[in-house]
Amino acid sequence: MSTERPSRPKMPQRPPEERIKDFNEVPLGLSEEVAVAEARRCIQCKKPTCIEGCPVEIDIPGFIKLLSQGELDGAIAKIKEKNSLPAICGRVCPQEDQCESKCILGRRGQPVAIGYLERFLADYEREKGVKAPSLPPPRDKKVAVIGSGPAGLTCAGDLARMGYKVTIFEALHAPGGVLVYGIPEFRLPKAIVAQEVDYVQSLGVELKVSRVIGKTFTLDDLKDEGYQAFFIGTGAGLPYFLEVPGENLNGIYSANEFLTRSNLMKAYLFPRYDTPLKVGQSVAVIGGGNVAMDSARTALRLGAKEVCLVYRRTKKEMPARIEEVERAEEEGVNCIILTNPVRFLGNENGWVTGIECIQMELGEPDESGRRRPVPIPGSEFVIPIDTVVVAIGQGPNPLLLETIPDLQLNRRGYIAADAETGATSLAGVFAGGDIVTGAATVISAMGAGKRSAQAIDRFFTDSNSFPEWRQ
Amino acid sequence: MAKILKKEVLTPQIKLMVIDAPWVARKARPGQFVVLRINEQGERIPLTIADFDLQEETVTIIFQEVGKTTMVLGDLEEGDEILDFIGPLGKEIEEKYFGHVVCVGGGVGIAPTYPKARAFKEKGNRVTSIIGARSSNLLFWEEEMRRVSDELFVTTDDGTYGEKGFVTQVLERVLNKDKVDLVVAVGPVIMMKMTSLLTEKYSIPTLVSLNPIMVDGTGMCGCCRVTVGGKCKFTCVDGPVFDGHQVDFDELMARQRIYLEEEKRALDAWLMETEKEGAPYHVY
Repeated sequence: MSTERPSRPKMPQRPPEERIKDFNEVPLGLSEEVAVAEARRCIQCKKPTCIEGCPVEIDIPGFIKLLSQGELDGAIAKIKEKNSLPAICGRVCPQEDQCESKCILGRRGQPVAIGYLERFLADYEREKGVKAPSLPPPRDKKVAVIGSGPAGLTCAGDLARMGYKVTIFEALHAPGGVLVYGIPEFRLPKAIVAQEVDYVQSLGVELKVSRVIGKTFTLDDLKDEGYQAFFIGTGAGLPYFLEVPGENLNGIYSANEFLTRSNLMKAYLFPRYDTPLKVGQSVAVIGGGNVAMDSARTALRLGAKEVCLVYRRTKKEMPARIEEVERAEEEGVNCIILTNPVRFLGNENGWVTGIECIQMELGEPDESGRRRPVPIPGSEFVIPIDTVVVAIGQGPNPLLLETIPDLQLNRRGYIAADAETGATSLAGVFAGGDIVTGAATVISAMGAGKRSAQAIDRFFTDSNSFPEWRQ
Repeated sequence: MAKILKKEVLTPQIKLMVIDAPWVARKARPGQFVVLRINEQGERIPLTIADFDLQEETVTIIFQEVGKTTMVLGDLEEGDEILDFIGPLGKEIEEKYFGHVVCVGGGVGIAPTYPKARAFKEKGNRVTSIIGARSSNLLFWEEEMRRVSDELFVTTDDGTYGEKGFVTQVLERVLNKDKVDLVVAVGPVIMMKMTSLLTEKYSIPTLVSLNPIMVDGTGMCGCCRVTVGGKCKFTCVDGPVFDGHQVDFDELMARQRIYLEEEKRALDAWLMETEKEGAPYHVY
């Protein structure tokens, strides 16, 4: 390996023994010096492949070039042409599977740390104070955006910048969707989410929280109030359970409940905040995704002595980001792989005391391409624990969908929508994010929100633009 | 924000509030509930809707002060505002003609029994109501219940008012002498359990309205899961009204006790802070 070229910087982060004592952010961000040096490592490919890896097609070499020249303002402006939430994406995007996986430098060495650079620029701008751009003359069309997660925020922001009157309806009491209820403070500080929401509001977007569409208002009620187009970005908010005996014992949570109590309701500040969250000495988290990692790391911070992760395949198949698995392990999370719960054991008071598990081995690949885990007969064993977090995924929440009977759903119960535009079976109703794709990433939801904003603009300017989706 | 238009102290620990909440009142039906959060530090608690007024666009809630949140709520006055008032949530009861409906309300559960009894009465049912409380000072809305019932029975556990004993003993008498088509029971879990066990013997369809711990109230967290007919249901979206003969009440009772310690801790801290006299602490 040549030592002439500088190598990819490591993200400075707080030491594990310190960070597990609080909920403050773990990675500290790059310094300007390191960021500019890293930007200079980019070889500015003639045909950049990194952009292909970005769901919102940021001009990556473009912003990196400006950064390498020390033009920080120009660089962040370049990112914001395509991505209105860079401080969030710079933190939670799986760049190793997206832009960075396509970086030419990655073929022989380390790819450019595109994510770190995005985060650096977003933080630079945030500290300076974000100015709202000038807006075009207002247009006389009202759009209702349902859900204030990444898809809804992006769609609303883009429509507002085109001059449309946009109202976001949020069922919970705080905007941000999974960014506030799901992703913990130590991975995504809520002040950053709040700032991004403020920015969208500064564009003239009206935000109504604690309004459950499907219950408080139906889509027809909103039509009566003059909304002419809709974007549904309600996410995948129905937690799956294992459906094994004993799952309703006390001390067993869905990851959604566990994280919502901690993040949205701030149970880690109990009793200053009223919502409690009971975490025992020994916690098992079932699952291998980012949500499982977030739950395990939250449990440690809430005082658990031991936290294990129970996953039915091997570490290689874990859907979580590698760096999240690494951080969890650094903090002391113990991964128990090739293991699947069979039932939960409890005491006479109804509290969970253990998980009976069975060992698994990997068989043939399934439809997801990952090797299917198969139980090994007779290999049952018990893991003694007093708290369980079930983090095996989410499905579509039927609350809104069942009040729109004409809306076509796909085989899995998600909204059937055109991948390019988000157009649904109902004229004027668009959808995107996890409610269409199932649980995916923040950036793919943002991409969908963006494409739907464009489509809604076309819908208004040319009413025949979506004939195939008309009824 | 939702403004408290009217406050009434029904019993020393049970309070009524009329809330200015057009967005809930317009859609509310008997059986549904709201989730409220009093202030920025507050928890989200579910309360069954006791009444709603389409004209005035108000929603009436009735709650018993059993912990910090309900006590803080009880301390609010007319003109004060509740930060978040979310709903209506859950499924409504099926409002139709059954014949003879017996409505059983226990303790603070009398409140959510009222709109159900009224709805059944409006659909032409013969409505017999049985309401009960531990003691006379916990009893309320006798007149309201009488207005929407063809016949009303009142019990107290200690005999300080009405018939001494439990609502179930009156119910058994009614079941023995009369044809009953439907029983609706709302109150403490143990009361709903005993009612359901009794009506099962008589094979009378029975609806109960469950009030487990919730967080979001929209199906997102699964905290309120109950076992009904061997299947896992979310009370907030699949309920709160279920077939009483199918509900695993023992599991529900255990789940209601999850945060007993924490609730006591929060209450004690708050009582200390506000230098209030401690009220007898209990959770159904």
